[in-house]
Amino acid sequence: METQRDGEAGGLLDVRGLTKVFGTLKACDAIDLTIDRGEIHALLGENGAGKSTFVKMLFGALEPAAGTIGWKGRQVTIPTPGAARRLGIGMVFQHFSLFEALTAAENIMLSLDEKAPIMQIAERARALSKTYGLPLDPFAHVGDLSVGERQRIEIIRCLLQKPDLIILDEPTSVLTPQEADKLFDTLETLRDEGKSILYISHRLEEVKRLCDRATVLRHGRVVAHCDPRQETAASLARMMVGNDVEAVSRPADAGGAHEALLEVSGLSRPAANPFAVPLREIRLTVRAGQVLGIAGVAGNGQGELFEALSGEALQEHAGVVRIRGMDCGRLSISGRRLLGAGFVPEERLGHGAAPHMRLSENLLLSRHATDGKSLLGPLGTVREGALTAAAERIVETMDVRMSGTDPEAAALSGGNLQKFIIGRELDRQPAVLIVNQPTWGVDAGAAARIRQALIDLARSGSAVLVISQDLDELFEISDAIAVMHDGRLSAPLPIAEASFEKVGLLMGGAAPGHTIDNALDNATEQA
Amino acid sequence: MFESVLITIATAATPLLIAAIGELVVERSGVLNLGVEGMMIMGAVTGFGVAITTGSPWLGVFAAVLVGAAFSLLFGFLTLTLVTNQVATGLALTLLGLGISGMIGEAFIGMPGLKLGPIAIPVLSDLPYVGRFLFAQDPLFYISILLVAGVSYFLFYTRAGLTLRSVGDNHDSAHALGIRVVAVRYAAVAFGGACAGLAGAYLSLVYTPQWIENMTAGRGWIALALVVFASWRPWRVLAGAYLFGAVSIGQLHAQVIGVSIPSQFLSALPYLATIVVLVLISRNRRLTMVNTPSCLGRPFVPAR
Repeated sequence: METQRDGEAGGLLDVRGLTKVFGTLKACDAIDLTIDRGEIHALLGENGAGKSTFVKMLFGALEPAAGTIGWKGRQVTIPTPGAARRLGIGMVFQHFSLFEALTAAENIMLSLDEKAPIMQIAERARALSKTYGLPLDPFAHVGDLSVGERQRIEIIRCLLQKPDLIILDEPTSVLTPQEADKLFDTLETLRDEGKSILYISHRLEEVKRLCDRATVLRHGRVVAHCDPRQETAASLARMMVGNDVEAVSRPADAGGAHEALLEVSGLSRPAANPFAVPLREIRLTVRAGQVLGIAGVAGNGQGELFEALSGEALQEHAGVVRIRGMDCGRLSISGRRLLGAGFVPEERLGHGAAPHMRLSENLLLSRHATDGKSLLGPLGTVREGALTAAAERIVETMDVRMSGTDPEAAALSGGNLQKFIIGRELDRQPAVLIVNQPTWGVDAGAAARIRQALIDLARSGSAVLVISQDLDELFEISDAIAVMHDGRLSAPLPIAEASFEKVGLLMGGAAPGHTIDNALDNATEQA
Repeated sequence: MFESVLITIATAATPLLIAAIGELVVERSGVLNLGVEGMMIMGAVTGFGVAITTGSPWLGVFAAVLVGAAFSLLFGFLTLTLVTNQVATGLALTLLGLGISGMIGEAFIGMPGLKLGPIAIPVLSDLPYVGRFLFAQDPLFYISILLVAGVSYFLFYTRAGLTLRSVGDNHDSAHALGIRVVAVRYAAVAFGGACAGLAGAYLSLVYTPQWIENMTAGRGWIALALVVFASWRPWRVLAGAYLFGAVSIGQLHAQVIGVSIPSQFLSALPYLATIVVLVLISRNRRLTMVNTPSCLGRPFVPAR
């Protein structure tokens, strides 16, 4: 109704001077931003630039210290997320918004104001998910799902609310290129229907392709309003970072026969729970000096593979996994670390680091077995000095930015914590490094740094296995790419022979000749 | 013989069941209220006092429910509004309840009480073996069964129940969706208090119609253990309450027929059973994940 009254101006959202202060830090400093109806507006910035704080104020999760929000020509205050939803602002969160103990349909139901029965909601969600190519089982418990699958629920949930403005926080990080394309089609359809979208992403190519306008934040301030189509990825990156982002360089392999440092043969694992994926006869070899990338849509067994390799899940036979020629299928995580392996799991908080412990304590937690001599005293006492020095070394090497000395892990932004966690493993110069989603939700600057560090480690003679859903990343760093689908691993494609299309087809589970749509339908039916 | 044993088991199980089903709702909302014992004993003394003063056991029951709820709201104010530690506050509530009830109840010691009589449902109560057990009980027995059914339906088949579970699972997400976390928890805590008060009234108006100091004798703690034993599922609370009731009654019958099991061992049995069940349920990660409220006992302070 309001759309009719003041629709002629075209202005949907008009934010002026929005400011938020945490202690002495100005997270957002007088931000101006306008969004028109039927516009896809990009919000760019490195982690810690204030993007999340800004959108949380728009969504009523944080209270601004100063500034005004104009909505459909009226000035509004948004005291709660509920109020934001009633105004017509929907949000797809990056973190903390799904209930793990509830099913997908129950999660969706909670965010809808109407009182429709659960079966009807499940049906609508299923239909919508099919339309947009985001396969979804409404009755799966969220706790059993991967990051990518959870994100699908978030997107579907937001679309079902029929908002006028949709805020999307890094929506494509976990989709296949084909799925991302479908999402872009969806977003373009929504734009043609007159909806507006505030699109937060680190993927500059995507922003250039999709967005009509962009606002770039740096250190809590607006540094530029621009038309991303007129910019290059490099110029956008420069605005975000303030200086040029160094391109990741992948020096050619020195050549010669390299020792196989990680060998996996005949790795099978039954599904641990009704929603998990069984592993089927996985076979792979990573040689010294090599980066092997494993691509795949979320939830095709990558998590299960990582657990099997890291020793979180043991194998039946010791010979199934070999690190530096030693059978280690029956060894624990510490046992495998002692053989020279390092592991970086997918979830930073809760898996990669204990959220409410300090960085130095987190360092000790992962390295007490391998570096006990230098970090621990004779009676198992902690050598504070050595520990702090090691933590500081990692912070320095990886350029981890944080407030205060030795803060809790949860106090770091995602990108900075990830740099620390990767740095914690690199610091040991592991002979074998296995990383799951190294740069998920990490900004361009930090991601480039992490990728370069992985390549450098390989070139210095280690074997690096990277599991990722980000194809750009895999093409940037890998010497060969294998694809996981439904618990099976394809033969590795040397990087020279791999193309987005080939890998994308394998990710969809399609043998040449089949279409991706069929593969997606199959996935839905299986789910 | 069989039927009278069943009836005594029901008498022992009902107060546990009522208190536990209330606490289950509280814990499903993410709040751990260890003050069940204190709220129960307040209900017991209020129920007894009001019943003998007014001459109406029903008024006593009603007053006990109100006092239980009011007492729990004290806990709610401290833990939800002032964000005190839930464990410490719950323990304090128990000690406070035991103390105050002793003081109020001083005047009632030795006084004859009023008993809430059984209600026999015609025809059904004449069924062989189970007729009297199921259909000729005191009114609170029926209420306890209805409570279990009602809570189960509420939690798993209503939107309000879904909201309550969501708050217990992840209060940050619930807040982000615009659910009023603190309000939901207040309501749950008050319901838990009302149930504990009712369970207390059962003790002083049905089980032993008189006032004895400390007459709850640890039943509040068993109720707490029961919730965990039942892995936060209402119908399992019913099963658990009758199992624990049977154990405590079995102890008496065992003594009568001369089997000497140390009574201390039998009193410890419910807790032992709880530990065993905890071990069993934690083996099934999925089951634990789906049923355990992950925010249990965690304070909620929204960032503003």
